[in-house]
Amino acid sequence: MNKKIRILIAKPGLDGHDRGAKIVARALRNAGMEVIYTGLHQTAEMIVETAIQEDVDVIGLSLLSGAHMTLFTDVTKLLKEKNIEDIIVLGGGIIPKQDVPKLKKEGISRVFGPGTHTEDIIEFINKNVKT
Amino acid sequence: MNEIAANVLKEDPRSIARLISYAENGSIYASKAMKDIHPFTGKAHVIGITGVMGGGKSTLICEITREFRKKGKKVGIIAIDPTSPFSGGALLGDRVRMMELAMDKGVFIRSMGTRGMLGGLASAVYDVVEILDASGKDIIIIETVGVGQAEVDIIKIADTTLVVLVPGLGDSVQTIKAGVMEIADIFIINKADRPDVNQTVAEVESLVDIECSNKERRIPVLKTIAKNGDGIKDLIREIELHNKYLKSNKEFDRKRRKRYEAELVEIIRKRLMNFIFDESIFKDKVELLIDQIYKKEIDPYSAADKILGKILK
Repeated sequence: MNKKIRILIAKPGLDGHDRGAKIVARALRNAGMEVIYTGLHQTAEMIVETAIQEDVDVIGLSLLSGAHMTLFTDVTKLLKEKNIEDIIVLGGGIIPKQDVPKLKKEGISRVFGPGTHTEDIIEFINKNVKT
Repeated sequence: MNEIAANVLKEDPRSIARLISYAENGSIYASKAMKDIHPFTGKAHVIGITGVMGGGKSTLICEITREFRKKGKKVGIIAIDPTSPFSGGALLGDRVRMMELAMDKGVFIRSMGTRGMLGGLASAVYDVVEILDASGKDIIIIETVGVGQAEVDIIKIADTTLVVLVPGLGDSVQTIKAGVMEIADIFIINKADRPDVNQTVAEVESLVDIECSNKERRIPVLKTIAKNGDGIKDLIREIELHNKYLKSNKEFDRKRRKRYEAELVEIIRKRLMNFIFDESIFKDKVELLIDQIYKKEIDPYSAADKILGKILK
């Protein structure tokens, strides 16, 4: 059995800045993972539906617009509604420190802010995805 | 019947997605479920799309799917992108052009990495076609990684193969003709709002003239502008005509038998490779033989005999 880690990198809401998301996507690919990229302006419904069809282990949400409290938690709420418990949700982008504990409570396992080494993201995923 | 197989037949998206993963990973759960669903397959019309990189294949698929949805057909899409031979990872980005289909319950999209397969397909693609077929999809569209000379494996699995070209290729139409001429059931000249479109159409038509001079069916050459939806209705009509043509003669049977042949060969190939290279006893043996070849104690052919001899006996 050769399981590959599959991860969805998604940009929710109205935010056109995808450089960070693309750099993370590349780094994860180079770490041997299969990375599905959705492009910009996704709704929570689109992200969750894509995650289901692609059977991903991880959803990585990237947002630089400041609407993360709403848009990130929309995704985790929808996953809960659909009884999906085996997908890890990660956040990235410009997220103020004081929001991180609140996001954690809402089901975002980890927030990776500016300056994060891509190796740290890779290590976190490798450690936490059951293979 | 196995639970996941039963749920695939009930069109449950999570079960479809999970069984595809099992098949891709070569999990033991896959073969049992694949056995159960096989009797429920064979109904879907499988359309392959290949062609030059950047030719607009993903956008075309989005438009074709929309048109089939208007006719009430359920559509499964398999989008294949290359796996890096160095890292084993893949960036699967075809969905970007299809996101407007994401919320349509009648559409199931799956992205796949080639995972070491050459020929423009992924090794598990035969399984994925069977799974989507069993889950009630009327149309299954496969997007290959793009075409050069060798990526022509799509004809082993598709009932109808579409080859996408764009204007301005000039002599490159000539360059790719060797592989491509033989696999196209329909030619599409996409981005037909670009200059030189008529020249490209003329070049392709002249190739078709030679290829089809003594055949009963002439390969149609269509112009499309996928981003505006121009020419899509004509394309759908040609796809349906081709399906009727296949079913009106022995061609359909021949194609389906070819597909099962390719699938069977692929399953055997995979199992043999796993047997030779993953089983711990053989792994040590292979390493040892590589050492011996390197030291010129043995030649590669005799080394291969040593490994295969055990299996073939």
